[in-house]
Amino acid sequence: MTAAPLKITYREAVKQAIREALARDPRVFLMGEDIGRYGGCYAVTKGLLQEFGEERIRDTPLSESAFVGAGIGAAMAGLRPIVEVMTVNFSLLALDQIVNNAATIPHMSGGQFAVPLVIRMATGAGRQLAAQHSHSLEGWYAHIPGLKILAPATLEDARGMLWSALQDPNPVLIFEHVNLYNMEGELPSDAGAVPIEGAALRRQGRDLSIVTYGASLHKALAAAKQLAGQGIEAEVIDLRCLRPLDDATITASIARTRRALIVDEGWRSGGISAEIGMRIAEQSFYDLDAPPMRLCGAEVPIPYPKHLEDAAIPQIETIISAATSLVRPS
Amino acid sequence: MTAKPHLDGAHARRLLGQMIRIRLFEEKCAELYTRGKIRGFLHLYIGEEANAVGVMEALTADDSVVSTYREHGHALARGIAMGPLMAEMYGKANGTSGGRGGSMHVFDRATRFYGGNAIVGGGLPLSVGLGLAERMRSGRGAAVCLFGEGAVAEGEFHESLNLAALWKLPVLFVCENNLYAMGSAIERTESETDIHRKAEAYRIASQRVDGMDVVAVEAATRAALEHLRAGEGPQFLECRTYRFRAHSMFDAQLYRDKSEVERWKERDPIKRFADWSVAARLLHKTDIADLEKAAAVEVDQAVAFAEAGDWESVADLGKFVLMDKVPA
Repeated sequence: MTAAPLKITYREAVKQAIREALARDPRVFLMGEDIGRYGGCYAVTKGLLQEFGEERIRDTPLSESAFVGAGIGAAMAGLRPIVEVMTVNFSLLALDQIVNNAATIPHMSGGQFAVPLVIRMATGAGRQLAAQHSHSLEGWYAHIPGLKILAPATLEDARGMLWSALQDPNPVLIFEHVNLYNMEGELPSDAGAVPIEGAALRRQGRDLSIVTYGASLHKALAAAKQLAGQGIEAEVIDLRCLRPLDDATITASIARTRRALIVDEGWRSGGISAEIGMRIAEQSFYDLDAPPMRLCGAEVPIPYPKHLEDAAIPQIETIISAATSLVRPS
Repeated sequence: MTAKPHLDGAHARRLLGQMIRIRLFEEKCAELYTRGKIRGFLHLYIGEEANAVGVMEALTADDSVVSTYREHGHALARGIAMGPLMAEMYGKANGTSGGRGGSMHVFDRATRFYGGNAIVGGGLPLSVGLGLAERMRSGRGAAVCLFGEGAVAEGEFHESLNLAALWKLPVLFVCENNLYAMGSAIERTESETDIHRKAEAYRIASQRVDGMDVVAVEAATRAALEHLRAGEGPQFLECRTYRFRAHSMFDAQLYRDKSEVERWKERDPIKRFADWSVAARLLHKTDIADLEKAAAVEVDQAVAFAEAGDWESVADLGKFVLMDKVPA
């Protein structure tokens, strides 16, 4: 039985997930820059310091490498840290810890140590924050064996992925798109954990499969709605998890629609879209009626002015145009 | 050499025995390397044994250790058995990490040995996390982090010292200053060559220790741990030491004079402590010969253990990339 739905934002859904984790498991604690007194750069953690105290809501210095590494050490020692990094661009300062330690130690130690750590960070463009706060590097992280990469795009996933990530014995990186924090919708008041594997079919259609994740999901759904008005029915796949990728959902969808459009804010060259495209080529080649198509971020550092920022990433109109040319080539 | 009143014959025998074990183990490793039994990078600790033995002698089972790629001595002194350690050098499945890590990546859950880390400075943040876990669970243990003076130039060193001091975490930072970061002399890489002064800048209690004197290292470690366990926050030791051998087996040592190496060899920590123990009538010359014999036998047994080990099945290549569960 589902409880009465509540109106809630994505931001509040993430906060509820963190609050629930802190309440349910004494090993869970949160650390990051300005998460306590300030309330979080994107206000996700506002009020948690008052509720849970300084021991479990830890403001850190601007030392990404040290506090991410400390999270790894604490996780190896049996705690369940949630580390917040303000943006994916800042996470590059902790790349040594994430890639050389978190991702390698379980394998390198012959399975003696696990790193049950969750790292949350904001990603993506759309807030006019320019080239050092707006990139989508989750696809890069998805290159690394030993990590799990999540991209919650819905309220349900924002609310439910964190608890499952904390139960996972592996390092899990959660990428929250900055443009989703204010997204509002309804969520059952008893919403809880959701699986952190597998893609989700967010819309059914017969003419093409749009494969996407994060904030682009909502653009793809809006585009699909308009495409329907033109007689094109798009299936929309929300990847949810970029590593491991759910090939089965993608190939099953393409077997129905025979066309694939990948939409990704990240750059095209060497990006996650390239990986998905190649997997489609490998597994769905004979099901395809047209070459797979990609709509990616322009290969530029994200610029500040609104019109240029908009032009640098996929938009509803460009998705419609790409989908139309794929289904009805001129 | 500072005489410590508590030092009895058994204690002296233990310290000397550990140093001799490490020395003979590594001399055998060098030989096995030239025979192709050990491959990859091999970083020997010869000359620096007093640091590992002095520090580990002062630790309890509750403490955790984070080490570097020059960690054979740390591992042996911490109590990791020589057989599995040698098997790890070989890359055999009966090695400490199942052969996965080799010389640079010894891990041992039983002794809370959190790895040889081969990224210079990469272990320091981990030790802050281990100290944090200890604090949050109100444990008695310390996180002991060993690193070379080369790590001091890394940002992770400064970030970690600051965070540990800010949160008053039970972390003992031990800098083994052997004066060379690979081939770069400390004068060529550091604007401040008194490393312990950098720790003081973070308000961390800090001592400079003669790292060629096992008793001095043990005494300094005990004193630091006493403060740490009293809740006074992180502590810092700078152990002045010297590696007698090359950085790794690929190093022609063009960056230092042979005469400098010879001068330091006169302060060989093993010979020095052995001579002093005999002079102080704590040990007899025959005791030393016995320790050497026992260590040689142990090394032979370790080699036999490694030789007898199996190679991990290629079918298991992907095992532990992702864990099924957190080990209990």
